[in-house]
Amino acid sequence: MEANKIIPDPAQVREELIQKYPAKVAKKRAKSIVINDPEIIPEVQANVRTVPGIITQRGCSYAGCKGVVLGPTRDIVNIVHGPIGCSFYAWLTRRNQTKPETLMDANYIPYCFSTDMQEENIVFGGEKKLKVAIQEAYDLFHPKSIAIFSTCPVGLIGDDVHAASREMKEKFGDCNVFGFSCEGYRGVSQSAGHHIANNGVFKHMVGRDNTPSEGKFKLNLLGEYNIGGDAFEIERIFEKVGITLVASFSGNSTVRAIENSHTADLNVILCHRSINYMGDMMETKYGIPWMKVNFVGAESTAKSLRKIAEYFGDDELKARVEAVIAEETPKVKAVIEEILPRTKGKTAMLFVGGSRAHHYQDLFAELGMTTVAAGYEFAHRDDYEGRDVLPKIKVDADSKNIEELKIVADPELYNPRKTDAELDALKEKGLEINGYEGMMKQMTKKSLVVDDLSHYESEKLIEIYKPDIFCAGIKEKYVVQKMGIPLKQLHSYDYGGPYTGFEGAVNFYKDIDRMVNNPVWKLIKAPWETAGNGKGAGLEASYVTQ
Amino acid sequence: MLLRHTSKEVKVREGLTINPAKTCQPIGAMYAALGIHGCLPHSHGSQGCCSYHRSTLTRHYKEPVMAATSSFTEGASVFGGQANLLAAIDTIFAVYDPDIIAVHSTCLSETIGDDLQQITRKARDDGKIPEGKYVIYASTPSFIGSHVTGYSNMVAGMATQFAESTGAKKNQFNIIAGWMEPSDMREIKRLAKVMGINIVLFPDTSDVLDAPQTGKHVFYPKGGTTVAELKSSGDSLASLALGSISAEPAAIALEKKCKVPFETLDIPIGLTATDRFIMAISKVAGVNVPDEITEERGRLVDVMCDMEQYLHGKRVALFGDPDQLLPLTEFLLDLNMKPVHIVSGTPGQRFEKQMRQLLDERSPETNFKSGLQADMFLLHQWMKNDPVDLLIGNTYGKYMARDEDIPFIRFGFPILDRIGHSYFPNVGYGGSLRLLEKILNAIMDRQDRDALEEKFELVM
Repeated sequence: MEANKIIPDPAQVREELIQKYPAKVAKKRAKSIVINDPEIIPEVQANVRTVPGIITQRGCSYAGCKGVVLGPTRDIVNIVHGPIGCSFYAWLTRRNQTKPETLMDANYIPYCFSTDMQEENIVFGGEKKLKVAIQEAYDLFHPKSIAIFSTCPVGLIGDDVHAASREMKEKFGDCNVFGFSCEGYRGVSQSAGHHIANNGVFKHMVGRDNTPSEGKFKLNLLGEYNIGGDAFEIERIFEKVGITLVASFSGNSTVRAIENSHTADLNVILCHRSINYMGDMMETKYGIPWMKVNFVGAESTAKSLRKIAEYFGDDELKARVEAVIAEETPKVKAVIEEILPRTKGKTAMLFVGGSRAHHYQDLFAELGMTTVAAGYEFAHRDDYEGRDVLPKIKVDADSKNIEELKIVADPELYNPRKTDAELDALKEKGLEINGYEGMMKQMTKKSLVVDDLSHYESEKLIEIYKPDIFCAGIKEKYVVQKMGIPLKQLHSYDYGGPYTGFEGAVNFYKDIDRMVNNPVWKLIKAPWETAGNGKGAGLEASYVTQ
Repeated sequence: MLLRHTSKEVKVREGLTINPAKTCQPIGAMYAALGIHGCLPHSHGSQGCCSYHRSTLTRHYKEPVMAATSSFTEGASVFGGQANLLAAIDTIFAVYDPDIIAVHSTCLSETIGDDLQQITRKARDDGKIPEGKYVIYASTPSFIGSHVTGYSNMVAGMATQFAESTGAKKNQFNIIAGWMEPSDMREIKRLAKVMGINIVLFPDTSDVLDAPQTGKHVFYPKGGTTVAELKSSGDSLASLALGSISAEPAAIALEKKCKVPFETLDIPIGLTATDRFIMAISKVAGVNVPDEITEERGRLVDVMCDMEQYLHGKRVALFGDPDQLLPLTEFLLDLNMKPVHIVSGTPGQRFEKQMRQLLDERSPETNFKSGLQADMFLLHQWMKNDPVDLLIGNTYGKYMARDEDIPFIRFGFPILDRIGHSYFPNVGYGGSLRLLEKILNAIMDRQDRDALEEKFELVM
């Protein structure tokens, strides 16, 4: 789709973005700002330290571990070991919706648990208080699982959350207690926390319940956190086509489902960045292949459903998938046909997350809009350039500090769902089995790709490109809107959604149409500001004469 | 039920806090620093702290909240954060060009022992702070106090690090704002103007966190106390500190440094706290209270008289921050309502004593707890045992209000799901009237909702 405005020369834009920086900073930032070429994908510097003082979008390891990956599972009591703030800020702010089956089922998501460490706990150690807190949580709620999250001071003072967890788990006998060393200073962004969370969930949860799961086509949904009800829409579609969802990691999920997830026959990955480790580890230990899919966008949803049917290789499933697509598509088509004339040719920028900046480009394409610049907040090179680049990524000191679990095939439970030859054949058919092509292959030539965009760069980009919509998060929302450009939050969806599947696509079309065409953007200037404020003296009105 | 695991039975807890009625110091320091003109707050710690604080303040104000971070990694945590802070100062002055960087510490930088005074001195010695620019700091470890004391520490830091005494007194008074909204600060300035006194108000987030839509993002909005005003605060005739926890430490610092005498008052929420505020101004400045203010007061008392039947005996649960809870509780008592349960996560003997004194005199049966484990979980349990007619507190209260089906008024920090607090004050007679209107609406809407058809009233 051609943009209806002239796109500036990206090389010049790049120069302008780094001009104001001190020389060392400019040199570093230049490597994270690249001009795309989908044929010969250039190297993007990613997953490296943010320059102090730069005003970054990024958060911390704890946010990635507790906030993103563990937070959405409703029946774990998540205790944050640290001063009060860390638990407070992650309390209900990510909009992970969840729907317990009955009124009696556990749901701790509306609760916030903390050890509220005080100075004496920092000086004399906080392990004792942590164990008291775990005991109190157990006595009050009798949960199936209690997870402990370390905040910055915990690692520094040497509290051993793992030993404390083990001790309490043994003491209780009927409650799985486990800890995460996800101190905020680990790694360079939330991404370190995702990896730490993957390791912990894999070690302490996956494989604990060997009850064979029922269903003919069984899969796990990885990297879907049910923000705004995204998982609900995917669940609706799966049910309609006859796919059994064994476990979701971790939107609308339960402990039991995750513990039983190794009985599924396929892992489909949505957010590659936050959960790809789980896919790899489950493949190695249990023989379950993973496949990259995308349920953001109506066409992407249809494509992903077809890929899943192709993987299972069942004609009946394929037919059902086609029937559901045929049933759902007309409703989507009707809406987009009405909206398209108003959105076609407009431009978008997406700077968010570790996969959303990629996935949402599909929805904008469906709206006839061009993505002129995009980048991630905490992704790695493979999310930009594709997994082929993995062997070439240098492991730096910050990444080395994150544990890589040594996984081997389980002597009893390893069961390769497909032979290598079968997997190769599926890859031939275009299925991204154990693979991901990355964002840049999909973006147009000469579009701009910027990793870990700074505040300064974002204002510059808006000034230069004047996009019709900018997608980022809450910290950027009102800055961009003050500039007269609507900002769509792609972490919280501005409290809307879902945006996945067919119904989600319709929601997104309507929201973007509403935002880019809202009359308020034309009401910003007061009439006297455009009329020369007081310069023309005298009244212009006169009596109406017939 | 959203809070389905909250049982009626109250058990003493010593390790676990559930649903806290407070957050950590650094966010308060960040909020206070936004009340200085041309200031960029800086969080000396991990990126997550800065990101969380900015996000929470942004959700509360629906405004840009600019702040930078030292972006600690594991290396900085082991070897100290000095290099990160010095690099940050370089980057910030080059790229964002503030007049002032206001650095606050975090649990991380405090645990490893970073000394902000020493690092900022080094920055000055190394020539990293351009001529006419400033770097100020406050120590705000998250494992002490709460967001309220973090605010207080940064405000005290403004006094210690800016105030100068030239020897010549100026005809002006300092009003040190306790934690209040931009709308409240604007109202304090209006009241001072009507009273006819010159004031330096600090901090002052009006015209910063309620900035107009102009089509342009102004990185340093026009509001905020200026450096010149902060410097001159040392020459003021006296200081009025609004809030014993969030404002008094700055007044003490000013007295120590520049011998400016002070009086500590409650934040003027409600009738009698506003009376004390107006009386204090009248007394300290030797000015008559103009009719305009007497009339404002009269309008508030008029509504209190006219609507007393809907207020009398209504049972209220409230949670929040000490400097707001004290005058609010007093206001509820003046309205003939019953504050039944009160919690605040902010620890401190001063508040404990003040609140106890107020309650002992006027409502001895009230449940009150502050400090550790004084959380919303406890408050909810109390409410289950002794039900109330109204809940007042920050947005997190909506979960309890929904489960218990009781009217709820948003008051305090943070308010994440409604607007208004930035624009319409709760202080002064006018602000109190707005608060009273909200209370009445909540109670009367409920009466309408619950009324039997034959008892449904047209006139109320």
